[in-house]
Amino acid sequence: MRRLTWFNATSLTLGFAFLYLPMLILIVYSFNESKLVTVWAGFSTKWYGTLIQNDAFLDAAWVTLQVAVVSSTIATVLGTMAALVLVRAGRFYGRTLFSGMIYAPLVMPEVITGLSLLLLFIGIGLDRGILTIILAHTTFSMAFVSVVVSSRLVTFDRSLEEAALDLGCSHFDAFRLVTLPIIAPAVISGWLLAFTLSLDDLVIASFTAGPSATTLPIKIWSSIRLGVSPEINALSTIMIAIVAVGVITASLITKRASLRQQADERAAVHV
Amino acid sequence: MSQIAFEPWNDPNAKPLIQFKNVTKRFGEFVAIDNQSFDIYEKEFFALLGPSGCGKTTMMRMLAGFEAPTEGTILLGGQDIAPFPPNKRAVNMMFQSYALFPHLSVWDNIAFGLKRDGKSKDQIAARVEEMLKLTRLEQFARRKPHQISGGQRQRVALARSLAKAPKLLLLDEPLGALDAKLRQATQFELMDIQEKTGTTFVIVTHDQEEAMTVASRVAVMDNGKIIQADTPQVIYEAPASRYVADFIGDVNLIDGVAEARKGAQETAPAEPEAAKQAEPEAAKLSEHEAPAAASERRVPQPNARGKWLHDKLFRYILGAREDAPKQLPPPTPGESEAAATASRPDVIAPGGITIHWAEGQPPLIVSNGDPALAGQRVTLALRPEKLGISKDRPESANALKGKVIDIAYLGNLSTYHVELANGLMVKAQLANTRRVAQRDITWEDEVWISFRETAGVVLSE
Ligand SMILES: Nc1ncnc2c1ncn2[C@@H]1O[C@H](COP(=O)(O)OP(=O)(O)OP(=O)(O)O)[C@@H](O)[C@H]1O
Ligand SMILES: [Mg+2]
Repeated sequence: MRRLTWFNATSLTLGFAFLYLPMLILIVYSFNESKLVTVWAGFSTKWYGTLIQNDAFLDAAWVTLQVAVVSSTIATVLGTMAALVLVRAGRFYGRTLFSGMIYAPLVMPEVITGLSLLLLFIGIGLDRGILTIILAHTTFSMAFVSVVVSSRLVTFDRSLEEAALDLGCSHFDAFRLVTLPIIAPAVISGWLLAFTLSLDDLVIASFTAGPSATTLPIKIWSSIRLGVSPEINALSTIMIAIVAVGVITASLITKRASLRQQADERAAVHV
Repeated sequence: MSQIAFEPWNDPNAKPLIQFKNVTKRFGEFVAIDNQSFDIYEKEFFALLGPSGCGKTTMMRMLAGFEAPTEGTILLGGQDIAPFPPNKRAVNMMFQSYALFPHLSVWDNIAFGLKRDGKSKDQIAARVEEMLKLTRLEQFARRKPHQISGGQRQRVALARSLAKAPKLLLLDEPLGALDAKLRQATQFELMDIQEKTGTTFVIVTHDQEEAMTVASRVAVMDNGKIIQADTPQVIYEAPASRYVADFIGDVNLIDGVAEARKGAQETAPAEPEAAKQAEPEAAKLSEHEAPAAASERRVPQPNARGKWLHDKLFRYILGAREDAPKQLPPPTPGESEAAATASRPDVIAPGGITIHWAEGQPPLIVSNGDPALAGQRVTLALRPEKLGISKDRPESANALKGKVIDIAYLGNLSTYHVELANGLMVKAQLANTRRVAQRDITWEDEVWISFRETAGVVLSE
């Protein structure tokens, strides 16, 4: 391994500082004693204490969690199914169009996704609330799940499923007992990705949320307009922690699975 | 032989287990199986042999249910199998790529099919242990497929397909990754299993020896067609075409023009002095080989103590000692006649054809050729082990002069590559009964290649 040159070291430091300094400041100030966000007055965890007593924030947090869990789970099921069909089904008319369309939410500006969903919900007369947020989040995170899962499925050896069928499995059993356990790491990282996306979404949620249900990002956003309070710093720190754990877990799972796959392939080559 | 030969394909009353009826399989424009009709019978060991990409795996996948024929029907036990999905067929397949479940241990891989059948835990465990023992995988039962070697993986795949004891077992190159010893042992195990369970096997192999060892019939394929399906012996000894002769084993192919033979008997067109020269050796040989008269053969005589023991003790228990040695019953007249013609190289069987194969060379005498081929271009196929090689001109129906170009030492055999007068290279194989130093034929030697008038097969394409 080559040692880092001073140039590389500097650019690395600057790059990471650029990325993480704002977050670091936020985290540090969440432990500030003072009510003034920009003046350091000593270490304290009191804002975390007041946060727990703030019902509005807690309600919003609870809604956010529910939305994230439910929508990412539905998105995982639907996204995996879509990936299976798109990777597996032989050629059918308009296949390329379909597989292109599943990726549309990835590139569509969120404002447009949110606006169109809002128009839809108004059109069919669905009251805005937790249900509409879940539907909206499912719609756009499903695309991410399907991308993650289908990239795993293209390298999946179909003869494994054939072997399962040959040994007496029904198609569903073959999927449940062979395919799913093998692609599980991809499905889990898809779920985690959907979960974190839902957790920090502001734009789509603000279009589809109603007075009966507000998510945490919306709550933070609206209270910021009245001035930044250290309470929000504390809340943001917690969210950063959750997202970080999610992302790191997802990447670890993927990494381990790909390492094992490499080991399998290496072993297979040595036949 | 008292045993009745297993040849259901010759029995008009036998009901085939599998029937291919005008089966064609196309992948887009590409024809993988080309309008094939053939039968496989119950308890057969049917080997598919052919170059890579000729459609062997495709044939199996259609039987297992992973591919549907584009045209034609496949019957299993008289029933069209098209409506049955793979999991509803009493057929198991061992995949060429093994297709082991990577997330399951060796034990669970083997148990997978048994569990689907809803067998009891004890039954499953007993069967899995049996399979592990059979494939010698006991100590790897707990490992995952990526933790074992290639050959071990192949055995797991084999064990998994055997575990359900299906009516029809499809093995796609089941033993390719095994070492010679283990392969042979497994071949015998397979034959044993087949004898015990009556399973019908269809097996793909690239190893001709394996096909010859295990198969009841061998089907040689080329480009989606079965060129010839017959017993290993017929395939080897009497291939129906140049392709089959060339594909199975080593063969010398000599092209020429056929001419009907006239006259009942001919003598070898031997040069007199050469014949004389060869005589003493021939005489020696016949003395060695022909069964000497029984009376001349010496019987081992007991020594003094043995004689004493015999006279005083054994005689009363075992009876008197026979002085005459044990001997085979005298040959029947037919047998002795055959032996006489066989041991007399100068008498050549009548009939057949001669083949003019090179300018200025005596034509080859082939008594088993069809005289109807006269005037046509034919190919004489000769197995290397049917050719003799000697420094002196032998007394044989056919003797061709040539020069040794190369000698390949194969352990128990040596193959001599000999260039004939017209530049044709032939291979002759000889058993290495003598040590290397004592063998007298070496590179660049002038030698005679000889073969009997019945040694070859005439192919007319
Ligand atoms: N799904 C498919 N699509 C298109 N072509 C195919 C497909 N499967 C097989 N083929 C073609 O059909 C031909 C026969 O293939 P098959 O797998 O039966 O060969 P094989 O005899 O088993 O060869 P090998 O000895 O190398 O395993 C090959 O030329 C192959 O390219
Ligand atoms: Mg194959």
